[in-house]
Amino acid sequence: MKRKDYNQLVQTAAPKSKMLLNFCKAFLVGGLICTLGQALFELYQRGGADEESAKIITSVTLIAISAVLTALSLYDKLAKFGGGGTLVPITGFANAVVAPALDNKPEGKILGTGVQMFSIAGPVIVYGVLATNIYGLIYYILKLCKVM
Amino acid sequence: MALQLGKTIVYENAPEIAFWAACAGKKESEGPFGNQFDKVFTDTTLGKASWEESESELLKSAAEIALAKGKLTWADIDCIFAGDLLSQCIASNFAFANLGVNVCGLYGACSTMALALINAANLLECGAAGRALAATGSHFCSSERQFRYPLEYGNQRAPTAQWTVTAAGAAILESGKQSGAQGKVKIRAARFGEIIDLDFTDANNMGAAMAPAAASTIAAIMKDLKGDLCDFDRIVTGDLGHVGSDILYEYLKKEHTLDIKSLHDDCGKLIFAREAQDVHGGGSGAGCCASMLCAHFLGALAAGDLKRILFVPTGALLSASTVKQGRSIPAVAHAVILESKQ
Repeated sequence: MKRKDYNQLVQTAAPKSKMLLNFCKAFLVGGLICTLGQALFELYQRGGADEESAKIITSVTLIAISAVLTALSLYDKLAKFGGGGTLVPITGFANAVVAPALDNKPEGKILGTGVQMFSIAGPVIVYGVLATNIYGLIYYILKLCKVM
Repeated sequence: MALQLGKTIVYENAPEIAFWAACAGKKESEGPFGNQFDKVFTDTTLGKASWEESESELLKSAAEIALAKGKLTWADIDCIFAGDLLSQCIASNFAFANLGVNVCGLYGACSTMALALINAANLLECGAAGRALAATGSHFCSSERQFRYPLEYGNQRAPTAQWTVTAAGAAILESGKQSGAQGKVKIRAARFGEIIDLDFTDANNMGAAMAPAAASTIAAIMKDLKGDLCDFDRIVTGDLGHVGSDILYEYLKKEHTLDIKSLHDDCGKLIFAREAQDVHGGGSGAGCCASMLCAHFLGALAAGDLKRILFVPTGALLSASTVKQGRSIPAVAHAVILESKQ
């Protein structure tokens, strides 16, 4: 059987993801996480934090909640339901760091936790930093040319 | 000595499977065959510090229970044929270290139990051993970390993805000529499979990767043998799962004009309840067909409920590196014909 014909056969036999339902769940869960973030932000401001500090403490709180939920084997269950809704917010990033850190504990603090901690989040950091640098450079050049 | 029919080995003295045992984890024990395992470990860690050690312990437990059933000790075993999914077959290497028994480590991914049975049968048939052990296993957690993501990482599984079983099976084979042989099931014939590579690259659909290999081996052994030896009660594939089994039926019909649907069982389909246990494509892993063989099929053959089965474990021979390189997934299926002595 040719590759094309075989792929066709596989396509027919394989069940498909329920896209619309998954989008709705992701929207709901992602939205709830962001609403929690907004609520925390308001709360910290009412507690006396200035806007900049409140933003930082909110992020830290969400990261802490995600890390604890990951350690309690609850975040992956939420992600199974919420899909992209749990991946995109900062909580997803925290989960991506904590999960390999825990998983590689038997290999020790250096070769296990230390080396593997960024095995999933690493690319986000590398290309995130690269993108901000390119953005900064473009911004700088546009400033020099007095376009901005 | 064994005969060669086409590329199939037909055993003259028919090595016999005398004792067997299967161990499983909690999720497998909650499946449709849960009450047929000899031992169930509800603690997935099996009291060990790493998942690799847990898997080793699972495999060793299955072997020890099989030995105990025959009132045998390690000194009674001439050679162990064992394997698992981990790099360097490390779970088997730890499980069978320092026992004073020769060990042959095997890798055939989820098809490894067939490799172990065939190699053991060949050794017994040629008269260079009297008793051998074939054992393979897998553990969900050790496989996840080697092939996929950390356990706690929040990702969604594809609808076609299969669940690696936490289970192991061990079978003790005796030469058909051995005096006082206690075998209840005969290994009548076997065929190693070709490696089939249709340039299929989706590592989340192992059933589809393996189905052509299963089809190739099933068609080939039926062509080699014909007649009586091909009169099977069941054709039992390793772990094509739900998706792979459906593809197998279509593929066999189109390529080999064979229709096996009414005779076919698949260990990956049987071991879990698909919807209730939320396993998507079904079960997989080197322990899947090994534990189903030792928990269910050997017992059914020994009791005479099944007369002859074609047992075809399938393996997706991918490595964690080649998948990232976008390379295809070669697959293999080896066949063993098992007969009841009843």
